Amino acid sequence: MTAVAPWEPTVQLVLDQLNALPGALLPILHGIQEHLGYIPPDAVPMIAGALNLSRAEVHGVITFYHDFRDTPPGRHQIHICRAESCQAVGGEALIAHARKKLGVTFHETTADGTITLEPIYCLGNCALSPAITIDRQVHGRVTPARFDALVAGLEQRP
Amino acid sequence: MTRVYVPRDSGAKSVGADAVAATILTEAKRLGVAVELVRNGSRGLYWLEPMVEVETPAGRMAYGPIAETDVASLFAAGFLSGGNHKQGLGLTEEISYLKRQERLTCARIGITDPVSLDDYEAHGGYRGLRRALELDGARIVEIVTQSGLRGRGGAAFPTGIKWKTVLGAAGSQKYVVCNADEGDSGTFSDRMIMEGDPFVLIEGMTIAGIAVGATMGYIYLRSEYPDALVVLNEAIVAAVATGHLGANVLGSGKAFDLEVRVGAGAYICGEETAMLESLEGKRGIVRYKPPLPAISGLFGKPTVINNVISLASVPIILDRGADFYTNYGMGRSRGTLPIQLAGNLKHGGLVEKAFGVTLRELLYDYGGGSITGRPIRAVQVGGPLGAYLPESQFDTPLDYEAFIAISAMVGHGGIVAFDDTVDMAQMARYAMEFCAIESCGKCTPCRIGSVRGVEVIDRIIADEDRTANITLLRDLCDTMLGGSLCALGGMAPFPVLSALNHFPEDFGLPAASLAAAGTR
Repeated sequence: MTAVAPWEPTVQLVLDQLNALPGALLPILHGIQEHLGYIPPDAVPMIAGALNLSRAEVHGVITFYHDFRDTPPGRHQIHICRAESCQAVGGEALIAHARKKLGVTFHETTADGTITLEPIYCLGNCALSPAITIDRQVHGRVTPARFDALVAGLEQRP
Repeated sequence: MTRVYVPRDSGAKSVGADAVAATILTEAKRLGVAVELVRNGSRGLYWLEPMVEVETPAGRMAYGPIAETDVASLFAAGFLSGGNHKQGLGLTEEISYLKRQERLTCARIGITDPVSLDDYEAHGGYRGLRRALELDGARIVEIVTQSGLRGRGGAAFPTGIKWKTVLGAAGSQKYVVCNADEGDSGTFSDRMIMEGDPFVLIEGMTIAGIAVGATMGYIYLRSEYPDALVVLNEAIVAAVATGHLGANVLGSGKAFDLEVRVGAGAYICGEETAMLESLEGKRGIVRYKPPLPAISGLFGKPTVINNVISLASVPIILDRGADFYTNYGMGRSRGTLPIQLAGNLKHGGLVEKAFGVTLRELLYDYGGGSITGRPIRAVQVGGPLGAYLPESQFDTPLDYEAFIAISAMVGHGGIVAFDDTVDMAQMARYAMEFCAIESCGKCTPCRIGSVRGVEVIDRIIADEDRTANITLLRDLCDTMLGGSLCALGGMAPFPVLSALNHFPEDFGLPAASLAAAGTR
């Protein structure tokens, strides 16, 4: 008998809760990621089995959508908007600044595991560009200085 | 007790509204004054956010932008009775930006508590549904058709015609799906409705359901809008509790249930058939049409699919009648459009106006020109698939047909302004790159064409065989325009070609070649 993986009870719980929904796969994946921060690749057969889908179908969905991760993120996630409105007011310079400041590029996590940097395409905060999110909370009119202040706040927090 | 308003809109929160709200409560407690804090939606005057409003006998007085550190001085200035303060803006309704608008769809945003049904009904809410419940489905569809309402998501297809097809389609189950995957850069009116007046969307969807005989509705909400999710769910719970949703809508014996589903960061899921696939739990791959979703949509059943603004415009049409709505607008663009001013503009925000307002009025009379103080050189209208327009086209009125005539589109009404520091070759490159990142991969012109597009533009920028590569780029755009399955690959060439045609100098061509290239 193999040991139960640490994520297994969580995945089972989410499956039990949402399995009966029509078109349940996206809500299930969101549910798992909300609890675990990512979708463990080893959980794919379990999800597929519960929904009577092939593993390929579940894998296909996980990899199709930008939101779903198959590795754990850093303790905090920063998404920087790359879209046109933010570009019009210094978005590209902000991205360059963030990369330099954090020492990572998009889809990477800082060496100490604090921050994962991701691109995002529009946060609907276009009248207050450039916009970013930190752990899903939107911040508008983000200058490099404001970015640094926000990041400093994170680094102090555990 | 004095009523104070601080928006819960995510835009207002992005510049500190939560902290301002908390500080107002703390300060009121410290001073021993009674304050009723209402977290309203945003009025859409984003450069003034966080904008605090106070109810006074003369009307609501506005103060903004207010920082956390301004709160003590607000109390000291007696803002609770409308006292003067350096950030004072006077009566909210008299602020020129707001006063000059024609707010029909967005009439209540910023005025009411978004999740208070009482507030909603006190401001004219649910009158449209009550009227609809007196009519049969065919009559409701007729009124919506007569109103001239066209799909506000971008495609501008007549809403009533869509509904008529679903009404006439046979099916044991029909659905209403609201497309709330507002992915276009420069657009946020859907978000403002959902965060600021969610009941108007719920009411519009309920009317759609009653009209076509659908008993279940889904709102497909993009994951980038977590605040909208919270507000929508609060509003749905309230509507169910009071019988505005559920098995017996307002005692009519008709059923309509509603559920919010969250996307997962794929722009393509704003395309209606990809959205249906996503709702069904699959990859967001575009479907071939026909069959139309109106005949065979969600789970193969007849489905009404409309954008948030289209659905949110229905209640006022039912309440006030088709003629009332049709009296606004120009040509075949009837009614109003919530326009969103974004990018490099001093006064970015929401401007709901009747169709016919020109870009120039929007950019300067409302937008106040660029935030950097430099000349506005280019404007992208209609999101990442919309054309870039030069100053010479700023007198174009916002009208679906007038925009088509200049190879542009109104789309979802987002306007992104760029000053003269913009590099249009880079913007063209970005348009192709975005298409490559977001392509669903089903059709070759989009999947491969966008990747090749980036490469060709890179060669043009690097001056490698420039003339030949520009010919190649135009040829590639032609293939994408004609050969793509949906609007993503089919319209990504619009920003590219418009950049090339209107700003050839940014591609290393002489500016004079504009005349030779013509408008296309």
